[in-house]
Amino acid sequence: MSDLGHVLILAGGLSPEREVSLRSGARLRDALREAGVDADTADADAGLIPAVIADPPSAVYPAIHGASGEDGSIQEVLTLLGVPYVGALPGACRFAFDKPTAKAIARAAGLATPASVTLPKETFHDLGAGTVLDRIVATLGLPLFVKPARGGSALGATLVGTAEDLPGAMISCFAYGDTALIERCVLGTEVAVGVIDLGSGPEALPPVEIRPVAGGYDYAARYTPGQTEFHVPARLTAAESKAVTEAAITAHRVLGLRDVSRTDLIVSDGAAFFLEVNVAPGLTETSTLPMALDAAGRSLGTVCRDLLCQAAARGT
Amino acid sequence: MPTEPARNDRADGKPRTSPPEGHAAPAHGSLVDAHVGRYAARAKDMAASEIRALFAVAARPEIVSLAGGMPYVTALPLDAVGEMAGQLVAQRGAVALQYGPAQGDPALREGICEVMALEGIHAHPDEVVVTVGSQQALDLITRIFVDPGDVVLAEAPSYVGALGTFASYQAQVVHVPMDDDGLVPEALAECLARLQADRQRVKFLYTVPSFHNPAGVTLSAQRRPEVLRICQRAGVLIIEDNPYGLLGFDGEPQRALRADDDHGVVYLGSFSKTIAAGLRVGWALAPPGIRDKLVLAAEAAVLCSSNLAQLLVGEYLASQPWREQIKVFRELYRERRDAMLDTLGAVMPEGCRWTRPGGGFYVWLQLPAGLNSKSMLPRAISSRVAYVPGTGFYADGGGAEFLRLSYCFPEPARIREGIRRLADVVDAETEIRATFGADRAGLPGRAGPADLTGPAGGPAS
Repeated sequence: MSDLGHVLILAGGLSPEREVSLRSGARLRDALREAGVDADTADADAGLIPAVIADPPSAVYPAIHGASGEDGSIQEVLTLLGVPYVGALPGACRFAFDKPTAKAIARAAGLATPASVTLPKETFHDLGAGTVLDRIVATLGLPLFVKPARGGSALGATLVGTAEDLPGAMISCFAYGDTALIERCVLGTEVAVGVIDLGSGPEALPPVEIRPVAGGYDYAARYTPGQTEFHVPARLTAAESKAVTEAAITAHRVLGLRDVSRTDLIVSDGAAFFLEVNVAPGLTETSTLPMALDAAGRSLGTVCRDLLCQAAARGT
Repeated sequence: MPTEPARNDRADGKPRTSPPEGHAAPAHGSLVDAHVGRYAARAKDMAASEIRALFAVAARPEIVSLAGGMPYVTALPLDAVGEMAGQLVAQRGAVALQYGPAQGDPALREGICEVMALEGIHAHPDEVVVTVGSQQALDLITRIFVDPGDVVLAEAPSYVGALGTFASYQAQVVHVPMDDDGLVPEALAECLARLQADRQRVKFLYTVPSFHNPAGVTLSAQRRPEVLRICQRAGVLIIEDNPYGLLGFDGEPQRALRADDDHGVVYLGSFSKTIAAGLRVGWALAPPGIRDKLVLAAEAAVLCSSNLAQLLVGEYLASQPWREQIKVFRELYRERRDAMLDTLGAVMPEGCRWTRPGGGFYVWLQLPAGLNSKSMLPRAISSRVAYVPGTGFYADGGGAEFLRLSYCFPEPARIREGIRRLADVVDAETEIRATFGADRAGLPGRAGPADLTGPAGGPAS
């Protein structure tokens, strides 16, 4: 066992990404144990706080995806408990988790991001959905991506090819949250770029190209082995590769993130478009961060062990 | 702090902008699963799904789950069962922990005949094949009867586990409408005539006649002989799946279809609801020719069902007051059914209709026009209540306007709370739906043809 002491991986939660998170957590636990770390997983439930108080871990790795894990809530709780943890501070998580906010910050930093509008359900109710949607289509064109402003794993997200399909996509989206991000669909190569910072500044991992075998990169395509082809590193020109890695580093920096993040981008006509950033990237066997680490010749266990050591040394 | 020697570390902290040396982009990427090209066609639809992801959340205690059909096994005399299990291993361990006959333990098969006698069935233990839950009996029946493309008739809606089995054998499921009295005989006759005219090979009718899963309705006594006659005339075998038959809340158990036809009906039974689901003990009662094939198929599948579980069930039937225990279950489920129906009547918004089960585990609810239970599920999970969307119970993409509610597991107070939450969810979804206009809001997976809308009695019926 390493001198790090006992660490806790938080996995589960109550978001629709619970199952993904449990798989991320279990995989990370095994990888850490292989790297000599005394690691256990715990769910974010009523038992968490008493358990942490009774036996404080030397550091925590939050691997809860979706709300509560990535919106800063669990980070806030860990701060209250005085437990060091891997990843961004609560305020930064809140900005990063809210896609429209993250896009605005990225855009202000000079990154390209697909044109979009963000509207709460009340606007459609009060002003009339038909006229608002018509205006959106007239302004942004088609196809469009409709997604919940907060959330991950493409849950509630729909690619809309025709104006007739837009109201149905809005209903599916509003089942996951009260605010929708309607984004111009930029066609191109989908890429995820992991960023880690082991103390000498944020460093981009090899970009991972995501190519669903059929249809879009929806929930099934994300988590069914065989439904998506991954190329690591992505088949990009040197200039494109430079553009996406720099964009990921920029996003990590301007959003005030810490330790680890993953930025999702589209490469179209040589340009990189920022889509969103994740502060607790998935660690399942079909997730891109472990693939990128592997391609970089690094192991998930040792990198996360180092991040935990860094957190423990940093304190809260 | 331990650090790992990394090939791509840069001292200047600037991002590396090209692939690491020795890691040129491969011509073909990774599919993660190296066996993708080798799977059988029937594995095509075995994929991760949003619905499964949501059900993973539903299992948490924070959520009132009206989704799963888990029997309330805590109501069993667990101490007595535990003592029995201990004695069984101590005294008959050499047999209980050994392989057993593929057809099942002979003493248990005698006990099973006693249980079926409560539904008017006179059977011989030789006709019984013990299986790993009745789900395996269903699998074996489908295995020995269905070639890819063969037609299987099933009620609309039908048990999701059966539809999964039929899909895995590439059967073509044709739904037959039901109403509040169960399967509609005229519709069955018409359906058979149409299929025969089309020269389709109908292998069997799969039916859950009593306290239907998911519809909660029961095939009326008047209709039972009609259904038998229609199938006999058409030469179509009936698979009578009856896991809930003894869990009626009023009067005596319904007479099983098998009680009046021992050649044209295969009866599937289960101890999952009357004793314990975790034991995985069910059975098929079949005429000799089918029985022989079932035994061989069972042997090929599992060699034999768990001998330990079989002997435990046999011992339970022999030494415990199992009829009284079924009464305990019935009363418990009746109280929960009442809690659900009372609360539904008190709080559900206008436009909702639901069935009033006389037994079993389930209420089948129809949402106000235009609502889609599948796309509404994330909202329900956020509101900490779960149900099963109706689409799972149709093989043809229908059922989106329905959902299944189960009252078997949560305590009555939790059921009431869950239904109150569900009412709020339906209200919120109705508002969103109204905002975006029913005429404009086409959703994928909307309800099937109008003749497949299934039963749903009004709240006042």
